[in-house]
Amino acid sequence: MVRSHNEDSVAYDAELGLVVLADGMGGYNAGEVASGIAVSVLSSEVRHHLEGARPEDLDSAGKELGVALLHDNVKKANLSIFRAAQSQPQYAGMGTTIVTALFYDDRVAVAHIGDSRMYRLRGESFESITRDHSLLQEQIDSGMISKDDARLSKNKNLVTRAVGIDADVEPELHVHEVQVGDVYLLCSDGLNDMVEDDDIGTTLQMLQNNLPLAATQLIQMANDNGGRDNVSVILVKVKGRFAAPRGLWAKLRTWFGN
Amino acid sequence: MPAKLILSMDGAVLKEYPLNKERTTIGRKPHNDIVIDNLAVSSEHAAIVTILNDSFLEDLDSTNGLAVNGTPTKKHFLQNNDLIEIGKYKLKYLNDQPTQTTAADFEKTMVLRAPIKPAAGEAKSPLDVTATRKTEVTTQFNATASGVANVTGGGMAPEAAGAQPVALVQILNGPNAGKELELVKNLTTLGKPGVQVAVLARRPHGYFITHVEGGSFPTVNGSSIGEQPHQLRDHDLIELAGVKMEFYFKT
Repeated sequence: MVRSHNEDSVAYDAELGLVVLADGMGGYNAGEVASGIAVSVLSSEVRHHLEGARPEDLDSAGKELGVALLHDNVKKANLSIFRAAQSQPQYAGMGTTIVTALFYDDRVAVAHIGDSRMYRLRGESFESITRDHSLLQEQIDSGMISKDDARLSKNKNLVTRAVGIDADVEPELHVHEVQVGDVYLLCSDGLNDMVEDDDIGTTLQMLQNNLPLAATQLIQMANDNGGRDNVSVILVKVKGRFAAPRGLWAKLRTWFGN
Repeated sequence: MPAKLILSMDGAVLKEYPLNKERTTIGRKPHNDIVIDNLAVSSEHAAIVTILNDSFLEDLDSTNGLAVNGTPTKKHFLQNNDLIEIGKYKLKYLNDQPTQTTAADFEKTMVLRAPIKPAAGEAKSPLDVTATRKTEVTTQFNATASGVANVTGGGMAPEAAGAQPVALVQILNGPNAGKELELVKNLTTLGKPGVQVAVLARRPHGYFITHVEGGSFPTVNGSSIGEQPHQLRDHDLIELAGVKMEFYFKT
């Protein structure tokens, strides 16, 4: 059964090395609208800008194009959603989380807002490379609550930053170096609320040679644990080096489920 | 409904206190929110900090300390039905906010906004909830790119759903013949990486075998399982990478 209102939106383009995942919020179908706008703005704008340029090129401000594209287009998506929410009463207050990554030149630029995450499996080590913008994460950071106790909190799902809520927003952006064999997981909180990080890591470790099965398994685990939220995952496996200037040329394979 | 504390002594309920403040103090002196007039209680004995639906108990360097569920503690993240003991007095913590993993509306994601808001002039509470994610309940859904069907429970007795029996596989041939492997983990992989690998998944309604990698598919009772998950039954015969094994439930 595929639910009629899936508030998550995902997009990927293996040629460009671009992945986008957004988890919308808002009444009626506003959540879907918000996450849909975010994903389409990101994927179409980044694709358009990279038609005649490389992500490792420097822009006029000396910033790498890849980084600038993620940064600027998350802001652009924010403004589009904010304006739509202002003009249509049924969309008032809608917003979305976003996590988006662009793989280029043996690196990955990651921008995120809210509590959708990106994890990395490298050899034995599995860890989140984004830090949630959420009340719970702030409490963990301030030492108020331990990471273990955080699972018991009744204050999950309270994000402190979201796309489309205010006229401007600042995405958090980091660039990481990439190694061949790395597996990257982008997911909405429907996954990590229901499945412990250790179990996600073990599953990816075991099934990394069959990403579609890994994606199915992760979603099943979330459902088996009582998951009722949307669960979206995007898996990216780095199959070869893609240092500039050779570009990316389909060396990544992405699979997704939503 | 806010969480609350129920004060009792020797099994007699004395009073009920809602935790509707950010900080609730407990002590002997009258300025406390919860006053316990007893010499074993320090003038400012403890405090409870409440943030939305979570409450944290803290001992304020009291002379006689406090215990939660029988364990002395300085700081504690309160959970529903916790029993706080201060001398002869007991405070029961009740928070009937459904836990988010069971509530139908657990997936409501909300945005917390900073109190400062340049636009409107009206007074704002420090927390302004401006967006919620829609609540919807579905029992299951599946939409992966690979289109693997979701397998629903069937054939298992209802009582087996909660505590399903543990299963094992026993190797029947080759150098490891006779070896048993208990399937206690959610996932167990079988086979040789690079040659043929299958995964056994333990799910609430049974065990499933799925092909992971390799040129050929595993067989169960002599027939190939293909790419789809295949539910295993007691005494099924699995073969992969030349190794035969039997699947059975522990009795």
